[in-house]
Amino acid sequence: MGPALDISMDYRNSDQTGAEHRLSVEPNCFHCGLPVPADLDLTAHIDGADQPMCCHGCQAVAEAIVAAGHENFYRVRTEVSPTGQDLLPGFLRDTEIYDVPSIQNQFIQSPGGDLREASLMLEGITCAACIWLNEQYIAGLPGVEQVRVNYATQRVLVRWHDSRIRLSEILQAIQRIGYRALPYNPAQQQEHHRRQRRQQQRRLAVAGLFGMQVMMLSISLYAGAWSGMEDNFQQFFRWLSLGLTLPVLLYSATPFFVSAWRDLKRLRVAMDLPVSLAIGIAFVSSAMATINGHGEIYFDSVVMFVFFLSASRYFENMARQRCAASVEQLVQSMPIMATRLNPAGDAEEAVPAAALAIGDRVLIRPGETVPADGEIIEGFSAFDESLLNGESIPLDKSQGDSLLGGSINVTNPLQMEVRAVGADTVMAEIQRTIERAQADKPPLARLADRVAASFIGIVLLIVAGVAIFWLLYDAERWFEIALSVLIVSCPCALSLATPTAISAALGKMQTSGLLVKRGSALEKLNKITHVVFDKTGTLTRGKPMLKEVICKSEFDRESCLQLAAMLEQHSEHPLAQALLREAGPVNSNASTQVTSIAGGGISARIDSQDYLIGSIEFITRQIDAEIPPPWLEQIAYEAVTAVVLVRGDTVMAMFTFVDDLRDDARDLVETLQHMGKSVMLMTGDRSATAMQVAELTGIDDYRAQMSPQAKMEAVQALQSADALVLMVGDGVNDAPVLSTANVSIAMGGASSLAKTSADIVLIANHLHTVARAFDMAGRTQRVIKQNMAWALMYNFAAIPAAAMGLIAPWLAAIGMSVSSLLVVLNALRLTR
Amino acid sequence: MEIIYLLIPVSLILLGLIVWILLWAVRSGQYDDLEGPAHQILMDEDKIVDRQKK
Repeated sequence: MGPALDISMDYRNSDQTGAEHRLSVEPNCFHCGLPVPADLDLTAHIDGADQPMCCHGCQAVAEAIVAAGHENFYRVRTEVSPTGQDLLPGFLRDTEIYDVPSIQNQFIQSPGGDLREASLMLEGITCAACIWLNEQYIAGLPGVEQVRVNYATQRVLVRWHDSRIRLSEILQAIQRIGYRALPYNPAQQQEHHRRQRRQQQRRLAVAGLFGMQVMMLSISLYAGAWSGMEDNFQQFFRWLSLGLTLPVLLYSATPFFVSAWRDLKRLRVAMDLPVSLAIGIAFVSSAMATINGHGEIYFDSVVMFVFFLSASRYFENMARQRCAASVEQLVQSMPIMATRLNPAGDAEEAVPAAALAIGDRVLIRPGETVPADGEIIEGFSAFDESLLNGESIPLDKSQGDSLLGGSINVTNPLQMEVRAVGADTVMAEIQRTIERAQADKPPLARLADRVAASFIGIVLLIVAGVAIFWLLYDAERWFEIALSVLIVSCPCALSLATPTAISAALGKMQTSGLLVKRGSALEKLNKITHVVFDKTGTLTRGKPMLKEVICKSEFDRESCLQLAAMLEQHSEHPLAQALLREAGPVNSNASTQVTSIAGGGISARIDSQDYLIGSIEFITRQIDAEIPPPWLEQIAYEAVTAVVLVRGDTVMAMFTFVDDLRDDARDLVETLQHMGKSVMLMTGDRSATAMQVAELTGIDDYRAQMSPQAKMEAVQALQSADALVLMVGDGVNDAPVLSTANVSIAMGGASSLAKTSADIVLIANHLHTVARAFDMAGRTQRVIKQNMAWALMYNFAAIPAAAMGLIAPWLAAIGMSVSSLLVVLNALRLTR
Repeated sequence: MEIIYLLIPVSLILLGLIVWILLWAVRSGQYDDLEGPAHQILMDEDKIVDRQKK
């Protein structure tokens, strides 16, 4: 079951399902499982009994289900259903837009006459019973010809007569039984995948079925050769085999010929060349033998070779598509339609999501998907971002928070202002990143490719040599042996060994919240000796809270806070954010010439006076001012971060911040130390803070008060002592160190994805996934090694054996195909 | 053994039929979802009353 399914179940707590819960004193809604408000007496007559309902929406849904005669649904379902919603006039109007031909063009096929076919995304599917219900219900609508629900992808394929029922009526009918369907616009990519998959299935089917016949005939021929067979039968069987091999050769084997020819035209030698040669030569010589009436035939080898090779290609393709499915899920989760509000916010219209522009106001209802990146301007709600970062618990967001396109609004309706659309959204960036990472081959894979390419050249030479040798030595067997060598030596397994493992691992890691930007990072991760952590935002939550404001007696707390906020208002630094949270509304126009100074400070002019804010070190470096010694004493032994505000040359106030440690920081450090890595902490913070964090997490080696530059130099120093360094840091602030380290992991969630140079981004924002990355890298490496070892062993053992004439062509065909099949299946273990 | 001249064409016809069925199955998407049918088989069809209502 894919993560898509988990999301829909997250709407409701699924442990309210059991019958005993429904019968408990506090009645729960029979339909959706939510508690029924005490003063509400709503029931629906289901299966001969009145069942409690929590709202009119659920009641309407339950009654619609019963009226259509599908009470059975309630008996067989294993999860509660989504809460019913009243059919609002707004929704009715929204669905009617799908009847407009110009919009229909995007997602509807017309197979002929007034028949229309569309793929709909179905929301609210929680268990197999939902699928049953939807199929039964939709099929019962007059004018609907065919319905098919795909459990895996949660899509419905509907075919209907346009003259008898309109699409909007179908959508409304689905809404009536408590689900939500929206037209699904398959991206061309996926359509292409589907066609490719089906064509491969057809080729495989033809090769398998005809192959079986040929095999059967050749077994008879072998038996006949053994115990005697009349000549006319023998000839008949040989001609039959020829005829039955033809479809396999002409249909199933075409991809090999086509790609071999393409490579030849570009003067390259690749895998499909020896394959095509083997198939072609074997067939032609067998056909000649058949026509001449004497000589060996190898039709059985041809069909087997084609069948097994097609099968392993098919599995490889499926593995790749399964990885692509995680990307596909992202594309799928973007809605087609959005509800745009006019600037005053009092009128709404349904527009295609693609037509949204930056600055538009959008209304997002509960259950709807956020159509673009943006910021909440009115309302609050919880958002399910699991598709983007694997985070399964919906996040609470309120006014001013940013929303990611593709996340699902779980609880309340709200208004959003669009900030990024189309290719600029985080979603689009994630897709591009995954695709890039899959294209980035690790050095080992590149090596394997090169080896395979030169290997093929060598193989062709060996085949020629073997053929000449046997021609001189035993002229009767030369052809058979040369053919065996040609078949057995195809380095398919060798070149499949790495890429299949990598793509399987990347797909798996993405679903657990680790976005690998460079595939080669996976290999390097295994050799890491040192792990360096940044503190703020990495080991700690990165959400510092203002602890104290210490001001000189002539200033008051509030005005200092206000001034600091004016300076920091454009900064994205966590400390600035904490200040702003505390300061409340800020007069944003009063400050001018706001400049951020490298090294940790901001200067500005407010009311024609110069202000400066920054860390203690920064301030003492910048100006000639003394910070009151009692202040320094106070913070010397506290794990706080301090920021000082200065007017001209006068120190005005000091702000101290505390930052909580992440829950899983200690566990992770322990796990890493257990793996034998040296764990270090490097922070720009004061040593008191660093010491305390190091103590709490169990890190022995910590360095404090380091500028980004100093961190970079420290990492370089480690590297020159033969250490391979993994840097785990905050993507934006630690960019120089991250790019220096051998492998880098950036924290900070999906929103900083585009800005960071890290190899791996922790989109789930859980620290313990770092250990998961090591684990995955180790497993991937093991699988690659197994695959490589197997492929090399196979080739090295099989070629001499075949050259010595120990392997018959049919056996060679099985050996070669099984070896590549094994490699692919072994790689697929990583997806578990 | 001459019966083989009859039996083999018969088996070839059968083969043609099987190939046709398989290609039809692929074309109509029978292999697209290998998970759902496993669940659907556990669902009882409608009660007879329901059939009449339709």
